[in-house]
Amino acid sequence: MKKVLIKGNNAVVHAAILAGCRNYFGYPITPASEIAEGSALLFPKVGGVFLQAESEIGAINMLYGAASSGVRCMTASSSPGISLKMEGISYLAGSELPCVIVDITRGGPGLGNIAPEQSDYYQIVKGGGHGNYKLIVLAPNSAQEMCDLTMLAFELADKYRNPTVIMADGTIGQMMEPVEFPQPVTTFPKKDWAVKATPETRENLITSIELDPDRLEVHNHKLQKKYAIIEEKEVRCEEYRSDDAEIILLGFGIVSRILQTAVDELRSEGIAVGLLRPVTLFPFPKKIIESYAQKKNIRFFNVFELNNGQMVDDVRLAVNGLKSVYFHGRMGGNMPTVKEVIGEIMKNMRQS
Amino acid sequence: MTILNKNVLQKPASFYDTFIRKGGTELKTTHYCPGCGHGILHKLIAETLSDFGIKDKTILVSPVGCSVFAYYYFDVGNIQSAHGRAPAVGTGYKRANPDSILISYQGDGDLAAIGANEIIQAANRGESMTVFFINNAIYGMTGGQMAPTTLIGQKTTTTPYGRNINSEGYPIRMSEIIGTLEAPVYVERCMLTDAKNIAKTRRAVRKAIHNQIDNKGFSFVEVLSGCPTGWKISPHDSKKWIESTLSKYFVPGVFKDVSEERESIPIKQERPSPGDYHKLMQIKHLSDLDDKVPTPAKTTFHEELKIAGFGGQGLLSLGYVIASVAMEHHYEVSWLPSYGPEMRGGTANCSVKISDKRIGAPLVANPTTLIVMNKPSMDRFENEVVNGGTIIYDCGLIDTPPKRQDIRTIGLPATELADKIGNTKAANMILLGVYASMIPHILSDSYIRWVLPYILENKAFHDINLKAFDLGYAYLKNK
Ligand SMILES: Cc1ncc(C[n+]2csc(CCOP(=O)(O)OP(=O)(O)O)c2C)c(N)n1
Ligand code: SF4
Repeated sequence: MKKVLIKGNNAVVHAAILAGCRNYFGYPITPASEIAEGSALLFPKVGGVFLQAESEIGAINMLYGAASSGVRCMTASSSPGISLKMEGISYLAGSELPCVIVDITRGGPGLGNIAPEQSDYYQIVKGGGHGNYKLIVLAPNSAQEMCDLTMLAFELADKYRNPTVIMADGTIGQMMEPVEFPQPVTTFPKKDWAVKATPETRENLITSIELDPDRLEVHNHKLQKKYAIIEEKEVRCEEYRSDDAEIILLGFGIVSRILQTAVDELRSEGIAVGLLRPVTLFPFPKKIIESYAQKKNIRFFNVFELNNGQMVDDVRLAVNGLKSVYFHGRMGGNMPTVKEVIGEIMKNMRQS
Repeated sequence: MTILNKNVLQKPASFYDTFIRKGGTELKTTHYCPGCGHGILHKLIAETLSDFGIKDKTILVSPVGCSVFAYYYFDVGNIQSAHGRAPAVGTGYKRANPDSILISYQGDGDLAAIGANEIIQAANRGESMTVFFINNAIYGMTGGQMAPTTLIGQKTTTTPYGRNINSEGYPIRMSEIIGTLEAPVYVERCMLTDAKNIAKTRRAVRKAIHNQIDNKGFSFVEVLSGCPTGWKISPHDSKKWIESTLSKYFVPGVFKDVSEERESIPIKQERPSPGDYHKLMQIKHLSDLDDKVPTPAKTTFHEELKIAGFGGQGLLSLGYVIASVAMEHHYEVSWLPSYGPEMRGGTANCSVKISDKRIGAPLVANPTTLIVMNKPSMDRFENEVVNGGTIIYDCGLIDTPPKRQDIRTIGLPATELADKIGNTKAANMILLGVYASMIPHILSDSYIRWVLPYILENKAFHDINLKAFDLGYAYLKNK
């Protein structure tokens, strides 16, 4: 076992390099700045490009330019910066450009604070930009996953020609944990669609405009078909002690770590609790949740988030009224303690 | 007129033969209105690309505006960008592909209003690209609204009473502004009103592109251009108006030209082999080192450690050392610095968890051990320690000992002791020693003595750190 103790944010940078990413464009913001700083330090060493853009708008459009040529490229920011990137994200989705966007989320709305919130769920998963688009969204809950899911993000982005987001909160970004880095990727998919400044690719065109409503509808249908395939093939969800559970907890990112401890503590008292942790927020593990909702022994679902209740919408759609879905959220950058979580579950047990 | 017609009608090789992408039935003509400057400038650019033999490696970034469909015509690599963002898109492309030729083609709304920041910043960085700027003093595509270059008093659909300086300010002169920046190589304003001026524009286009072939940096050509449709006058009157009025405010000329003096920037793209990445990325594996000291066997263990005090006392690195060593001893670990809601009250702290099992929540709310180095932190965390837990504290800095009776308390004047051996900052290493001596099967002293110089970057304090660690390690035994 060869592990290094490293911050989640730095693990992203190393993983990006190992995944063959050589182009970083970004604008500093806490708590994501280590990613920019780490990239500034390391990208030039591997013959890569690091550029501090004039703004998040600049950065996301630089990504658009670099991605147009088919190279692996990335940017990182935090919630307010991601809001600013939304225009570019819609264009990237429309032009089907693969790239990786890291969002180390913080408290909002407005300037909010730098503490961990998960209130970007709506804007990232549901689409903060205009148009019928979807991003692939991965939600790591450890430094190791910051590495592994970054590697995966580049792969999925290329495979589906789709922008892919790593959404982690500030805690995951700031926390150090042992990480085992994989071997560098050395073979990359061919990208025949890219504009590469070569005679063979001269005919290629990167664009999101289509004036003809019929043709734009065809394009939209094509996108929806792609999203359906992604929903079919790319769902990732961790099921923790949920097999015989009567109560299912749900949470992503850092929250799932708190829930995991709560599950262990409640199990040691003989209460049959389990945890479902969506690793992919899009595609959302709706079929998995649905299958639990159909189980006779399940009493209720309990969703925990660091926001006003965003992912819980998707859980409710999946549960589809079969069981009660309770929600507990913290906002402003506060995190529930294990005790608080257990108290919440006990309260709901008495109710249901 | 005849020269102009001939030039316009003959297609250079960098134009498509038929404009298939345009759709409809008229596949030989452009979508531009009669008297529009876009078509002429397109042609001058296409001609240059053909003459220089670079169409295969040229990328044209088209803007939002009437020239959004430039890719109907240019037989080059085409990228269509968001409104105003072409210079940023171009930057990303060119940085990733330094051997390409990158052209950003923009209108006045695109470049001087919504995209003003992107163009200034790209120019100021001296991006190796060529920008063509069509200034027609109006928004053509959206039906004739005011542009930032609309003249004072000029009527548009959004200045129906004429542009008013007290409300809309003055028309902005982009060439003049960009000409004041250090980085750009070449900045010129031209017009297309007659054969002489078209010839001048042609020279400017060629120079601006050639500068990029020579990799000299950023070149910018503004072209005053007719928009009979937006201005609601005839093509003939448009030309007259450019000559009599528009060019009097936006005076043609060269605003900067250091093409001769500026040296080519060498393109360097070293790509080290993947085998070297780990080394280049400074990933250190302690287990790879030859002189490695053996680690003790793994046992059942779970610790929730909180280390708290003022910033600058080295508490975060103390936590880091403990977590690193425990990790090398094959335990699961997590290290979380005070961050967000934890940062209240002027204290710095970190949570360290060590366990033989998978770690859940990384934040330590109820420490099994608290290492504490100032009074505010003691006040804040004393009551959080679990029943039967331990507090190790600097009794030189905290004058009131913990009141709890259900826990073990160890007070030592760590900072004072560190002072005595020559460095106040080594207090954290004394505490490390004390802590390690309590769990030698998890943090073995021989291993720590070996590993400290590898983990702590500052070699100057190496000896003192070891001395401090030894002092701490023997402290409880000697007491
Ligand atoms: C974000 C955004 N805002 C507004 C528009 C609408 N829009 C399209 S073109 C244009 C103005 C273009 O004017 P200019 O750059 O002068 O180009 P011209 O059409 O005159 O060649 C505007 C405002 C848009 N497409 N996107
Ligand atoms: S509206 Fe103006 S800028 Fe647009 S094509 Fe017509 S003349 Fe040219």
